[in-house]
Amino acid sequence: MNTTILKSLLPLVCLLPALATGTVRASWDVSSNIDLTTRIFTEDARWPGEDDTTTQLSVAGSTEFRWRGDASRASIVPTLRYDETDNERSLADLREAYWAQEAESYELLVGVNTVFWGVTESVHLVDIVNQTDAVADIDGEDKLGQPMINLVLQRDWGLVSVYVLPYFRERTFAGVDGRLRSPLPVDTDNPQYESPDKEIHVDLALRYSHYVGSVDIGISAFSGTSREPRLLPNANGAVLIPFYDQIGQLGLDLQYTSDAWLWKLEAIARETRNGSFTAAVGGFEYSFYQVAGSAADVGVLLELQYDGRDNGEPVTFADDDLFAGIRLALNDSQDTTVLAGAGYDLETGETYINIEADRRLGEAYVLEMRARIFTNAGPSDTSFAIEKDDYLQLQLSRYF
Amino acid sequence: MKHKISKSFTLALAFGIALAAPVGASTPAGKGFEIAARSDRSDLGFGNSRVELQMILRNAAGQQSTRSLEIATLEKPDESVGDKSLVLFETPRDIEGTALLSHAKILDPDDQWLFLPALKRVKRIASANKSGPFVGSEFAFEDFTAIELNKFDYRYVGTETCGAFQCDVLERQPRYENSGYSKQITWIDQDVFQIRKVEFYDRRGDLLKVLELDDYRQYDNGAWRAHRLTMENVQTNKQTDLVYQDYAFNVGISEKDFVKGRLSRLR
Repeated sequence: MNTTILKSLLPLVCLLPALATGTVRASWDVSSNIDLTTRIFTEDARWPGEDDTTTQLSVAGSTEFRWRGDASRASIVPTLRYDETDNERSLADLREAYWAQEAESYELLVGVNTVFWGVTESVHLVDIVNQTDAVADIDGEDKLGQPMINLVLQRDWGLVSVYVLPYFRERTFAGVDGRLRSPLPVDTDNPQYESPDKEIHVDLALRYSHYVGSVDIGISAFSGTSREPRLLPNANGAVLIPFYDQIGQLGLDLQYTSDAWLWKLEAIARETRNGSFTAAVGGFEYSFYQVAGSAADVGVLLELQYDGRDNGEPVTFADDDLFAGIRLALNDSQDTTVLAGAGYDLETGETYINIEADRRLGEAYVLEMRARIFTNAGPSDTSFAIEKDDYLQLQLSRYF
Repeated sequence: MKHKISKSFTLALAFGIALAAPVGASTPAGKGFEIAARSDRSDLGFGNSRVELQMILRNAAGQQSTRSLEIATLEKPDESVGDKSLVLFETPRDIEGTALLSHAKILDPDDQWLFLPALKRVKRIASANKSGPFVGSEFAFEDFTAIELNKFDYRYVGTETCGAFQCDVLERQPRYENSGYSKQITWIDQDVFQIRKVEFYDRRGDLLKVLELDDYRQYDNGAWRAHRLTMENVQTNKQTDLVYQDYAFNVGISEKDFVKGRLSRLR
């Protein structure tokens, strides 16, 4: 990524709404945001080549252009991120750029879009359409725009969604300067693919979703390029090469909602050229409302993760882990929320602590705090690579 | 089990009302239901509507914050089924595009889904949270989702002047579970049968909130709508105003616009 170009584009994207007021605004709804983020690492870097300063600054901006007619809609959402330390964290992306037309109970969408599937909080097993923007945040919830042709059928008996995905997006990885990386940096310029079609392999996905009474259900199928690469050392052992396999995957997500309980389950079965495996995550969230006479809600979350993959598959953190968390929502006018949780590996004892807090300031600013702590990892454990990368992140966002 | 009891209770009550109808007006409960029903049915057949509004939150120190939202409503004329509604937030900008879909039920918990635009995620939410504040306002979820006739038991209290009107005063008690209220007192005018004021009493029986409904206007289809709602919490001195723009009726929306699968395709 050419960061000079990015630097010069960033103010432009953030100023687009100002330019767009007037004629364009009459038909297109335009809004944008700019985020100023600092990460403060509490320890020195573990791996050679990583930048030795303990603060990492980044600035990101995106603008949403949305248009809606009687039976059609369109959207363009360019987004840019510039990272001071790690070139690989700098990014220009189109999160959305689509046109959709509705007719009776059908809708056809053509272009770039972002889609979320699933119900659980600690890991998103079923969600597979969009590639993860893994350097944006380690929680896997930031996504890259996915080119697609999407046909939707909505009937009384549920929603059927068919996706033709003609172009593959590679996962982002921290560069050699960046924290939160593997001991050897990942060479994202030379990915390898099982399919000779490489990134233009046409992937297919299908999803049915509906609800019956208190049960929400989603059943999905995917065939194509795995969004998770295996990371293989290159010939001289200096870097890791991402290798994207062809996979088939079936997914199930279920939620049972009753009183103050949410019971959740996600399960997948994946077939690769190396064999097949299953993975699942399940648990509950229970909420106490208006705690101690206040307006605040407190939710308690517990999820158990299982993953049956062997060493020939992409590495996962969520293999045999217990996740427990507490969610606090003050229900004040500033929408103050706090989520504190810990993941504990039942086999190795590796522990991951995550605290997230968000609060709106005035009408147009939002302050976010993230604290991530990795501990108790032995040299052979998955999270050993990032164990020295505990960090506190503060982000101030301005919305226009 | 609980579910079954409430179902058969509904049935018994429906029969009771049917049988008691000729003499109903002579008991406080019968007269109360009759007045509430006349008010509720005054806009029967409105079909569907869409309206934009501003929600203005004020704390005890007078600090103010504003949300703008749009509400689409699909009427279910059958009084044993609740209306469907879709609330879409426009501001504050950080929650722009957030949507709440509600399928109101009479006595069973409502079905509710939330769309979170940042993650593009649709979440079924627990509907036990009837008494919780709606987006930090003084309106609870149960005040905001459809007020259905059969969600309450009624008792006629008397007649009183209210502003420029003569009003019937009713006490109503929620029949659904998880309500934050022990009772509500409503004032319904005798001219056009609209609710002018509601007092909400908390679970301990103390006065909690007072809602005033003003700026009623009648539309071409005969339906009356209040365009200014003021909810004052008398225990915390916080206040929330809802200021409505003009309603649009029969805007070409139907069942298919109020399904869960629509939420991720709104914009």
